[in-house]
Amino acid sequence: MTTTSAPPAATREALGRTLVKLRNDGLDIVVVDADLGNSTTARKFRDEFPDRFFTVGIAEQNMIGVAAGLAAAGKIAFCSTFSVFMPGRCFDQIRVGVAQPQLNVKMVASHAGISVGEDGISAQAIEDLALMCSLPGVNVIGPADVVEAEQAIEVAARTPGPFYIRTGRSKLPQIYDESYRFELGKAHVLRPGGDATIIANGLLVHAAVEAADTLSQDGIDCRVLNMATLRPLDEGAIVAAARETGCIVTAEEHLIGTGLSAMVSQVVTANAPVPMNAVGLTGYAESGKSNELLEKYGLTASDIVREVKAVIERKGQS
Amino acid sequence: MVATETTEELAAKARRIRRHIITMVTEAQSGHPGGSLSSVEILTALFFRVMQHDPSNAADPDRDRFVLSKGHCTPVYYGALTEAGYFPVEEIVTFRQLNSRLQGHSKVGTVPGVEMSAGSLGQGLSYSIGQALAARLDGRDYRTFCLLGDGECQEGSNWEAFMSAGFYELDNLCAIIDRNGVQNDWFVDETMPLGALDAKLEAFGWHAVTVDGHDIDALLAAFDEAQRTKGCPTVIIARTVKGKGVSFMENDPAWHGKGPSPEQAEQALAEIGE
Ligand SMILES: Cc1ncc(C[n+]2csc(CCOP(=O)(O)OP(=O)(O)O)c2C)c(N)n1
Repeated sequence: MTTTSAPPAATREALGRTLVKLRNDGLDIVVVDADLGNSTTARKFRDEFPDRFFTVGIAEQNMIGVAAGLAAAGKIAFCSTFSVFMPGRCFDQIRVGVAQPQLNVKMVASHAGISVGEDGISAQAIEDLALMCSLPGVNVIGPADVVEAEQAIEVAARTPGPFYIRTGRSKLPQIYDESYRFELGKAHVLRPGGDATIIANGLLVHAAVEAADTLSQDGIDCRVLNMATLRPLDEGAIVAAARETGCIVTAEEHLIGTGLSAMVSQVVTANAPVPMNAVGLTGYAESGKSNELLEKYGLTASDIVREVKAVIERKGQS
Repeated sequence: MVATETTEELAAKARRIRRHIITMVTEAQSGHPGGSLSSVEILTALFFRVMQHDPSNAADPDRDRFVLSKGHCTPVYYGALTEAGYFPVEEIVTFRQLNSRLQGHSKVGTVPGVEMSAGSLGQGLSYSIGQALAARLDGRDYRTFCLLGDGECQEGSNWEAFMSAGFYELDNLCAIIDRNGVQNDWFVDETMPLGALDAKLEAFGWHAVTVDGHDIDALLAAFDEAQRTKGCPTVIIARTVKGKGVSFMENDPAWHGKGPSPEQAEQALAEIGE
């Protein structure tokens, strides 16, 4: 399973149409928007259900507060904006207003990471997963393709409690087809393998699969885990990867040391210490085309290949 | 210092800045033409008549400050900065490209003249209050000008800032609201209307002036009035047209944030004129 024949699609495209479907299925969904509904695709819901769509204007903090109130009154309250603004602007509203009372607020945040491109650093969310994962009781998901994003949104709608789902702007080949079943809190094994494990999420899952294919030509048999759910984290899959493959490389479109790499390291060091390397960002990037930025800031398949080879060298040393 | 142009010269500057905006968003195939074109006369008046500033001494502690709170409108900002001589005009084609100083949203430490890192709406006015308070504390005469979008005024943080500027009676601070009536997705009045902004701001302790934001003489008179108003900050509510000067962009939300095709750019430049 590498990519399906479906046309490339961005994970953000999942939102509007999935919300329409879920409302048609009878779920008590409402949507709160803060003037980015065209970009996040939430506005599609407004076309079908205008009385269930509330815009608060450019006022993200108010958006979260209103969604919390709607959720407390029994609604499944979705809200959406760019990933930079969701936790960035609204952290305290989310912390006290949503996470602590465990309300049914579903935050779907688009345009994540540096692949947003030309807008530059103010628009490039590279800390959002760290912020959201720091909140007890919030489910955090970074889907790898549009099929997984649709299913994650459906799971969020049908599962009580707060969710944060991170989507992207770039069109990507589809990894999964309709037969796929996203499971909350479960890593998905995209490649079996015993020499090393690459644990990735979001955009970097694509590079991870490509890297594993390249490495297999050198006789290196890599396991690839799509760790779409960061909270709750699939500790079992991480411990098994450490024990069975003896080394791990994490890959994420996010700051190293605060998101996936930090969370995997914590589980590995506590349960089955093995060498680990990380592919990810170490600081803010700049404006540029998405693919140019991914290359310049080291988020490509060849960066993963290099780190896998390096981490394998350290196997058995301590 | 850049501050001697006649009204005709200012109009010519405005046309050149409009042309730069079109060149930048066309080359980049992204960026924000609508809210840049609506602010052209505001920046022209400020950079070429109202403000005391010296491009060869951009860090002068006594310079007047221009703070672009609606940080997506870098095309008009860079257009004005290059026309004022802050950086070579040849550089504008690098807008939003890898390794360029001309970042998509304004960032300090890139080109000289950029006062604040922005791009997250609703932060510039607080920053401007800080600048104005520092001027008062240090006994400096510089003035601080802050440009906001009307959609941006929906952010609650601005109202916290409006309140404190009124309380501190900052008559060395002047806010300009580009009231073009359009935000990202749609029209302001159909998204979250702002209503009587002048009355609201007067209630927050500001002196409010409403002008045609494309009439440079009217803007100059308003800035003059702001300068003469003591004991409170002034807000200039500039009635403008988003996409002003390019017929197919005018008042169309679709042109908030995208670049035109080469053919559209040609038409735009023809409409703007030399
Ligand atoms: C905090 C924040 N929320 C959302 C955005 C995304 N955004 C960029 S521009 C814009 C619309 C701004 O409208 P307005 O202030 O009227 O600007 P103008 O029409 O003058 O371009 C939005 C929602 C942002 N940059 N910052």
